[in-house]
Amino acid sequence: MRPLWFLLQKEFRQIFRDKGFIGRLFIAPAIQLILLPMAANFTIKNINIAIVDHDHSTVSQELADKIKSSGYFKLTGYTDFNSKADKLIENDKADIVLEIPDGFAQDLIKEGSKKVAIEVNAINGVKASVGFGYLSGIMTDYNNQIRMEMVEPTPLPAQPDIEVVPSFWYNPTLTYYIFMVPAILVSLVTGIAGLSAAFNIVKEKEIGTIEQINVTPIKKWQFILGKLLPFVVMGAVVFSFGLLIAFVGYGIAPIGNLITMYTFLLVFLFAILGFGLLISTYTETQQQANSLMFLFMMVFNMMSGLYTPIDSMPQWAKIITHLFPVSYFIDVMRMVVIKGSGFADIRFHILYVFIIGLVLNTWAILNYRKTT
Amino acid sequence: METVIKANKLTKRFGDFVAVDEITFDVYKGEIFGFLGANGAGKTTAMRMLCGLSTPTSGEATVAGFDVFTQPEEIKKNIGYMSQKFSLYEDLSVLENIEFYGGIYGLSRSEIREKNKELISKLGLEKEANNLVRSLPLGWKQKLSFLVAIVHQPKIVFLDEPTGGVDPYMRREFWDLIYDAADKGITIFVTTHYLDEAEYCNRVTIMVDGKIEALDSPGGLRQKFGVASMDEVFYKLARQAKRSAD
Repeated sequence: MRPLWFLLQKEFRQIFRDKGFIGRLFIAPAIQLILLPMAANFTIKNINIAIVDHDHSTVSQELADKIKSSGYFKLTGYTDFNSKADKLIENDKADIVLEIPDGFAQDLIKEGSKKVAIEVNAINGVKASVGFGYLSGIMTDYNNQIRMEMVEPTPLPAQPDIEVVPSFWYNPTLTYYIFMVPAILVSLVTGIAGLSAAFNIVKEKEIGTIEQINVTPIKKWQFILGKLLPFVVMGAVVFSFGLLIAFVGYGIAPIGNLITMYTFLLVFLFAILGFGLLISTYTETQQQANSLMFLFMMVFNMMSGLYTPIDSMPQWAKIITHLFPVSYFIDVMRMVVIKGSGFADIRFHILYVFIIGLVLNTWAILNYRKTT
Repeated sequence: METVIKANKLTKRFGDFVAVDEITFDVYKGEIFGFLGANGAGKTTAMRMLCGLSTPTSGEATVAGFDVFTQPEEIKKNIGYMSQKFSLYEDLSVLENIEFYGGIYGLSRSEIREKNKELISKLGLEKEANNLVRSLPLGWKQKLSFLVAIVHQPKIVFLDEPTGGVDPYMRREFWDLIYDAADKGITIFVTTHYLDEAEYCNRVTIMVDGKIEALDSPGGLRQKFGVASMDEVFYKLARQAKRSAD
């Protein structure tokens, strides 16, 4: 056991001596948790709209005003030429063009119906579909309004109205950051703990000290434990600091139990540090480790349900996400923080991540050789 | 004489390349055994096999009575090693380095405290004891590396070009430390390409293209080749080399 204590003592000395690392430990979470949730916001505002008004009537004016006042749209062009509006789309000045035909108001009154055309710039698919949805909503609303105003009131409504009253569970105000902050925290812990552990070991390879260690009788498990334990501590520190930011900055207080969260954190760190260790056994320089880690972090961030729901991925992709400890942790964080889930709810998450960790660590230990 | 290293047709191949080609030799307890050769002759590879860092392809060898194939971890308990690359932690102080290596070799805290005092006074580093190793001049670092490599009183210490890049005065001081250790019964296995240092060894082998071409005392070698200095012995042998230097 004694060599392990000396190794731990040495690791902590080196960590605390590396001022840059300590800085990253606190600055990275602060920056990411404050900036990223704002950027990763799917509520779309400022959709640029251009209106081609061939009608020039009070009715068309009213419609335009209604769109402008909705808060979602920014009027970037008001013209009576289709070609001008098309130019705006081409130049990326307009996301949506609404074309109000000539005689819109008259026909509406006379015939009770009139078509308008909507053209959508669909390069950004999300913006396009959301923008179209908003605009359709406004149009329907306006439609109902003029029906009320112009059509003689009938004793019974011509069409039965079904009104939908939504009730959003767990996040009633649909606040985006309640959903994002816990997940970004997971991504942070992954980055800081997994990456640093891999770098730390590869650095010893680079400067040659690992050879000096390999020529001592230290046991493989002692060396590995001595390397990974400090990053369990660092991971827990970053996680706690992140929770604090979430509370102070966003008022997010986990509904669930902190013990549940930290228990899962430990299991998660076991797995992700095993992953870092594994990377370090396959790389010789920090650059190699960095590029490999970058690749995996990218995949983790895109596929683990951080930004897009795993449920909407194709089946094969879903299977892959089940191999990432990160996906489980993001899920657990959202469950515990937003829903207040307890041990019983996440027991399979714990089990699976533990198994993944066992596989990764065994693989890494087998692949780490004191004698080549 | 007691044999502490025994190598018999020890060979290491990397694919088609034969880095070390059937080398056979014995090293006796307490001697300073020099390993000479041009860059790329296979000195380091041979040494790494004996240290249990690299498994030989074929042949046999025992170090301190343990087999290099089956008992590398036992060997590691009995040897010290100073690699070609500087291997102390630059971001730890002199004392912290001694403490760390002493600790992973299983020394107790009180043994480490004694070692600290002993090594610091031997090196005359009283003022620098708490400075980071980074701030020491190379010669001092190498001397410290050597003392750290024998902090656990090993039976054998392997030194891989320990004085590379060190000035002549410091090299002299380094060799004083080596003699000191040899006097205490530690067998010294040292590679070098400073030929004056070869003269300091009890026996010298000269490796050319992975093979041992000569093995004798420096005096014996000079006589055998009919030359006045080790330099000439080396040039005569090294000229035969076909392998290009690294």
